[in-house]
Amino acid sequence: MKKFKPTKKIVFASEKEMPMTPMSLGSMLYNLTGAWRNIKPVIDKAACIQCGICWKYCPDTSIYIEDEFPVIDYDYCKGCGICAEECPSKCIAMVEEEK
Amino acid sequence: MLEIRFHGRGGQGTVVASKILADALAKEGNYVQAYPEFGVERRGAPVFAFLRIDDKPIYDKSRIYTPDHVVVVDPTLLEAIDVTEGLKPGGMIIVNSDRKPGEIKLPKTFKVATINATGIAVKHKLGTLAAPIVNTAICGAVVKFLGLTKLESLTAAIKEGVPFAADANMAAAREAYEKASA
Amino acid sequence: MKKVMMGNHALSYGAMLARSQVIAAYPITPQTQVVELLSEMCASKALDAKFIKVESEHSAMAACLGASLAGARTFTATSAQGLALMHELLHWASGGRQPVVMGNINRAMAPGWSIWTDQNDSLSQRDTGWLQFYCASNQEVVDTVIQAFKISERFMIPSMVILDAFALSHTYEVVELPDQDKVDAYLPKFNPPFRLTPKEPHAFNALTSPDHYFELRYKLQKDMEKVPAAIEETGKEYEKAFGRYLGQVEEYHCDDADFVFVTSGTAGYTARVAVDELRKQGIKAGNLRMKVFRPFPFAKVREALAKVPKAAVVDRNCSYGHHGIFYQEIKSALYGEAKAPALFGYITGLGGRDITVEMFREIAKDTLSKPRPSEEIGWIGVKR
Repeated sequence: MKKFKPTKKIVFASEKEMPMTPMSLGSMLYNLTGAWRNIKPVIDKAACIQCGICWKYCPDTSIYIEDEFPVIDYDYCKGCGICAEECPSKCIAMVEEEK
Repeated sequence: MLEIRFHGRGGQGTVVASKILADALAKEGNYVQAYPEFGVERRGAPVFAFLRIDDKPIYDKSRIYTPDHVVVVDPTLLEAIDVTEGLKPGGMIIVNSDRKPGEIKLPKTFKVATINATGIAVKHKLGTLAAPIVNTAICGAVVKFLGLTKLESLTAAIKEGVPFAADANMAAAREAYEKASA
Repeated sequence: MKKVMMGNHALSYGAMLARSQVIAAYPITPQTQVVELLSEMCASKALDAKFIKVESEHSAMAACLGASLAGARTFTATSAQGLALMHELLHWASGGRQPVVMGNINRAMAPGWSIWTDQNDSLSQRDTGWLQFYCASNQEVVDTVIQAFKISERFMIPSMVILDAFALSHTYEVVELPDQDKVDAYLPKFNPPFRLTPKEPHAFNALTSPDHYFELRYKLQKDMEKVPAAIEETGKEYEKAFGRYLGQVEEYHCDDADFVFVTSGTAGYTARVAVDELRKQGIKAGNLRMKVFRPFPFAKVREALAKVPKAAVVDRNCSYGHHGIFYQEIKSALYGEAKAPALFGYITGLGGRDITVEMFREIAKDTLSKPRPSEEIGWIGVKR
């Protein structure tokens, strides 16, 4: 799975460094939203029919297709469960995060 | 500064008449200000338009309350409203009418002049018989009666400012100019 | 070229000479002719611009903002209820630093339903971060639109060019239209410091945390503070090119005056006629016409009013529960000044009531008769 190098959050020390308008600079990759998760999707590869629907539906683009099977990027997956809900073969289980 | 008030009915081109005169006067280097009575009047309702003329910039943006002259585009308005309101003594009232000035009942403190603009408009096929467009003929008479501009400046303004039948409108203005005599 | 035109068409010609590229507007009395003529200009290719038809003023401004962010020079026009409907987007324009130029025809707010002039529509938008220019003649309208684009684009702050309903919008006057090539030299192509482009993608105007919002607004105010000097500078540049000076205020006989009117819009011209008449009677009157309201021309107002013992601010508006709005602002600008006139405030002309020379005579008489400044509103022409 492709691993991103998390960026650093941009905090301007003074107004002089800032653009005049509110506009995005850099990226939001520093924000590891996986930390927001309390349940996580776990894929049963044996039951997966490789339809790609979970990949399509993931609102956080946190599912990748590798060797023709879906893989979840837990750095950014918020655990919303949409992939499990949409999976036609019900091979994605939402599992409690172990604390 | 010369101040003229126009009385007409919505749809007769009264406002356009004041604008054409403004155009013609501006061509001769005058400062002008032309504006309609600021209302929501529709076709047939009595409407006003105003024209200020000066040889220096005009700063007064208020309405005209004491005009030097009055132009009555629709003779039926003589019955409906007091066209002499605020008119300065000695001012001229130019009426679109086929009658002679003496036959028009208006106070003797004012000069009265008439022009049969409706007849001229009908002759030149401007508008319809029921609703002739008389404004360009009126302009021709006003220019003559008040000695405002050269006829050529008026016809040039009509040519530029009237969207259709420019030739007939110019001819109507010319005829009214020639017929106008106090 | 000299042309006799109505104030609304003066706005259209200003937008055309400035080579506006996108126009999105919704018609409303008394603004309609502005967009009518612009749509004709677009259709006939006299103006190479995209005319976007929209379903409301809110959408008109939204379309302008998108176009402006894409790097287009953008113009719109509205009035009264339309401006109020646009209110939310006015903040988007200034906060997003998009130099849209808009004509606003001053029309009284309903109810009672009115199509006639007063300034409460535009003055209700004073805190939206727009520049506000008030015009007194059709010539000034054309010139100000061109200048407004120059200043707006330099500081990336939107401008409102404001004229009175009917008294200017529908009044025909002689206008000297500037030559296109000279306008092009005065107003170069719009080249924004940021824009919406696939070549360099950014998200604009998104969620902004308390870490940064404050600074963005600080920068807006700091740039606003630079505008007065820029108006004087671009105004002089305009004078050099076109022979007409465009400043923040117009002083008329203020230097030796015993008292001055402080006016705006078309009333600011009628006041000059009153000044001439009063001077013929031996009364040393003057007139200070406010051409710019935002940013407030503090220095020019203080400088002009330091010369006179008395000033009568004539407002065609009211901040209900306070006073006339120009009066409030002028009073606050003079607070603590060592040399400030006794200030009197008058309200007149609401809802299109005509403001006449006679009314200025009445104001002059009232101001001159009062020994001390008064907080009381002088209502001129109200039937009571």
